[in-house]
Amino acid sequence: MLEFQNVVFQYDSEDFNIIDGLSFHIAPGEFVSVIGPSGCGKSTIFRLTNQLLPKKSGEILVGGEKIDGRRGYCGYMPQRDLLFPWRSVRDNLCLPMEICGGVSRAEMVQRADETLAHVGLSGWGDKRPDELSGGMRQRAAFARTLLTGSDLLLLDEPFSALDFLTRINMQEWLLDQWESDHKTVLFITHDVEEAIFLSSRVLVVEETPIRRLVSFEVPAAYPRTRACLTDPKMLALREQLIDLLRREVSA
Amino acid sequence: MRKNVNLPALLFLFVLLVLWQAGAMGMDAAYILPSPTQILVRMWELRGPLLTAHLPATLLCTGIGLAISIVLGLLLAVWMDASPVAEKMLYPLIVASQTIPTTALAPLFVLWFGYTIWSKVLVTVLITFFPIAITVFDGFRSASTDMIDMLKTFGAGKRAIFLKLKLPAALPYFFSAIKMAIPLSIIGAAIGEWLGAQAGLGYFSRRMMTQLDGAGVFAPIVLLSVVAMVAVAIVSWIEKKVVTWRGSL
Repeated sequence: MLEFQNVVFQYDSEDFNIIDGLSFHIAPGEFVSVIGPSGCGKSTIFRLTNQLLPKKSGEILVGGEKIDGRRGYCGYMPQRDLLFPWRSVRDNLCLPMEICGGVSRAEMVQRADETLAHVGLSGWGDKRPDELSGGMRQRAAFARTLLTGSDLLLLDEPFSALDFLTRINMQEWLLDQWESDHKTVLFITHDVEEAIFLSSRVLVVEETPIRRLVSFEVPAAYPRTRACLTDPKMLALREQLIDLLRREVSA
Repeated sequence: MRKNVNLPALLFLFVLLVLWQAGAMGMDAAYILPSPTQILVRMWELRGPLLTAHLPATLLCTGIGLAISIVLGLLLAVWMDASPVAEKMLYPLIVASQTIPTTALAPLFVLWFGYTIWSKVLVTVLITFFPIAITVFDGFRSASTDMIDMLKTFGAGKRAIFLKLKLPAALPYFFSAIKMAIPLSIIGAAIGEWLGAQAGLGYFSRRMMTQLDGAGVFAPIVLLSVVAMVAVAIVSWIEKKVVTWRGSL
């Protein structure tokens, strides 16, 4: 679904390649988390994938085709919900369709309302974003990401600003969504427990510049409940990942 | 709404007016310092020429000047937002031009355009157009870069980003600019009239000065202030209906 081939990227303000010959592959339908300490460049991987940043060399493929010049091949959900305060929740959901064009107003409204129901927000379409709670706003933002119509979803620490209880509820909710939507999800987080609870595979940024991502299979089957986190194999993985990240920070 | 009335401010204003009244009565020289009640009486006596001849002349000048300023200011703001070269070229000049005492240039415009309405309109435009351009431009700039990036990932181009994000984001700034521009445009028109005109509240005020009619000088000033306050209140009311999200961006 997503493939990096020898991708190189350098920020103008830096004199080294922060991404230096990176290759990795994510299969369709996978839920993969990328973890690493803050500032390690994991968000850069996202911004290269959605072409907010131009790569220096190498190839990025989505669905087997090069992304260069393509649009709308991935849905991006940022850390903050970024709902426009002057639009109703429904109109916020219509935004990606308005920009892509080719969809009638009536169809947009219908799709937005269906998606709202799908994320558990039916009846909230006419509200303004500031009338929603933090968790509801993130669900609306997720619905907007779904309405880009792409099969690859890039979620950039979407729950990091939520309080603990809302966050674990949203994690369970996201797993339900993923199991019903069959989308490919790439999820950035710095929370190890969140990463292993959600993903089938965890990619660890081991060093900056990023030359490779170390892949760990998560030893648990779906559907999952939070109970799986206390499984000895999961605990062992968690300790291993924390150790790895710690070494990196102190190095 | 009643709760919004600022009682301490009203009381203070009342005390000031009472002091003024007492001071003016003590001084007893209405040609220098008329009392508030004398001004109100004079306004009533002069209501005919003030309301039928001079107020419409000033309002016409203010209206034309404000309309030109809004159109020009918006165009300039949009241009600077769309073109980095235009921004680099114009923004510093516009900011620097704020230090020029435009009112001191007004006699020049009377030389150019004579006693026609256009010398007054030009003063009005020069005073109001720059703050509108700068404020609205800052409004476009206030659009969050995260939101711009998100729209780009949806495939949005410059035009879509402008229409879907920057324009609504700048709307509160636009209203602030208008509220700032209304009193400025009235000042501009009055100054223009003061320097040379056949009608208008500025002209009227000056004529009263030459007749040593203190209350007559104040009467058009009070009227101008009331007009400005009413106009700003109307714009604020429209703003409340249109901008329901101020502060939540």
